[in-house]
Amino acid sequence: MAGKVTIEDVERVAELANLELAPDEKPRMLRDLNAILDYVAELNELDTSGVAPLAQVSELQGAVSGTSLRQDSLEPSLDRAEVMSGAPETDGAFFKVPKVIER
Amino acid sequence: MTSEANTLVDKPKTFAELRAGVESGAIKSACLVSDYYDRIAAANPELNVYLSLSRERASEQAARVDAVAAKGDPLPPLAGVPVGIKDLLVMRGTPATAGSKILEGYRPPYDATAVARLDAAGSVVLGKTNCDEFGMGSSNENSAYGPVRNPVDTERVPGGSSGGSAAAVAANLAVAALGTDTGGSIRQPASFCGVVGVLPTYGRVSRYGLIAFASSLDRIGPLAANVRDAAAVLGVIAGHDPKDATSSPAPVDDYAAESGKAVDGFRIGVPDEYFGEGLDDEVRSSIEKGIDALRAAGCAIKRISLPSTKYAIPTYYLLATAEASANLARFDGVRYGYRSKAQESLSGMYRRSRDEGFGAEVKRRILLGTYALSAGYYDAYYLKAQQVRRLLAEEFLRAFAGVDAIVTPTSPMPAFKLGEKTDDPISMYLADIYTVTASLAGICGVSVPCGTTKAGLPVGMQVLAGHFQESKAFRVARAVEAAQSSLV
Repeated sequence: MAGKVTIEDVERVAELANLELAPDEKPRMLRDLNAILDYVAELNELDTSGVAPLAQVSELQGAVSGTSLRQDSLEPSLDRAEVMSGAPETDGAFFKVPKVIER
Repeated sequence: MTSEANTLVDKPKTFAELRAGVESGAIKSACLVSDYYDRIAAANPELNVYLSLSRERASEQAARVDAVAAKGDPLPPLAGVPVGIKDLLVMRGTPATAGSKILEGYRPPYDATAVARLDAAGSVVLGKTNCDEFGMGSSNENSAYGPVRNPVDTERVPGGSSGGSAAAVAANLAVAALGTDTGGSIRQPASFCGVVGVLPTYGRVSRYGLIAFASSLDRIGPLAANVRDAAAVLGVIAGHDPKDATSSPAPVDDYAAESGKAVDGFRIGVPDEYFGEGLDDEVRSSIEKGIDALRAAGCAIKRISLPSTKYAIPTYYLLATAEASANLARFDGVRYGYRSKAQESLSGMYRRSRDEGFGAEVKRRILLGTYALSAGYYDAYYLKAQQVRRLLAEEFLRAFAGVDAIVTPTSPMPAFKLGEKTDDPISMYLADIYTVTASLAGICGVSVPCGTTKAGLPVGMQVLAGHFQESKAFRVARAVEAAQSSLV
């Protein structure tokens, strides 16, 4: 597995995750990430060559696993006005966000 | 009003007692609800169990139950049972915070399927219970709304992340509760608070309306004061739901009735790996007495080995955080909850909203998950962990070919003190060492009270059974419960 995480890695990953860490949060995250990654490196002891990855367990559950997809038919959905009422900023029909395109 | 003694810890009535009372008219659901709100008002300032109360909804439901009883019509199965709902499940018109500041003020427009089914079964939802933010924690100290205190000893944590639900049942601020369990979040707090907690098989209970943390691991399950009542709640909330494609069509047993069946002839596996270094001596001794009780009840006890167990915590934390980093991407200040005042640009608004809205542990897990999924590291971390997950799961399936159930301690230690582990994420993660395995394998389990330490702290035994074998887990748990008096 990869080597030590640097403060630049923390910043890059934070950017990928859409997080803007405060300057005082970064050293703590760096310390914790390194400690956790050191700990999970234990998995390297196991030879997993030829083992198929398991993303979720339904394939192990046989016939009763919940893998059936419903018919793709029109059904009533949540009420738009109710959904929009939970938004921080809305005109009632759409979510409003800061401007992204200058005219 | 039929007021009970208002001590902090006293046993709630059983479902059977409540039902008989409501049926005969001796208990009015409306009075019971009002008694519970009185109890909550008295205890909540110290315990911080409930984040919000659904008084209007509760009084409407209680009135419906009382009307059915007054007419002498048949009562639904959980008529009048007051329940608490972990605040990671949504309920129409009631605030849903997920223990996070980022969802402050959000009122969802629909009911989670599990909540809707409780409602249809006549149970009365009192309110939403406190939890670690997005279910991420093992002590309830990661709630943005402050920690829950353990009713058994208020200097100690109730466990997490369903700490509020476990404490609600332990302090009799609800007769039963719903929790969620991703890596141990129902079982571990149940064990810390001395109540019964159920991890149903993956797919047994619909996840519709559960605010997602790690979708391949998340489950909803009941907590109650005794095995039979926990089983009765599962019987109501289990079953296929077209709104969750991973929910199973497997038939739902009458778990409450099944839980009372004898266990003689059962083969019980005791895995060496769950009794090694790091296990508290008093916990070990309580669990050993529980195993003796099962032997006395006619079970054949078999020592077994699950050698991949030591890899479960690293595997779990890689997979759960990777899934969390994807699931929590939806919280960006656009559709619900908190939006930062800083709105100079769209991407800046996303970042500031997330940075101000999420707590430290959530950020830590999002960062770890994003790192494990990022280019160059995906194979070494995420894929590797998925491969180990298969090894762990197959090991359990092989074990269940030779035993009916497996018993272990639920947690390596009894409830720890507030603040004891907050500085060291890994030591906190290790609190889940005996519970994450079943989460990864998708199997079911029950944590049942199994004696106490000398200081009076509850110990929980974890009873694991194979996929959709909940009835077996309940039977074994019930046998341990029946022997309680001999375990103290």
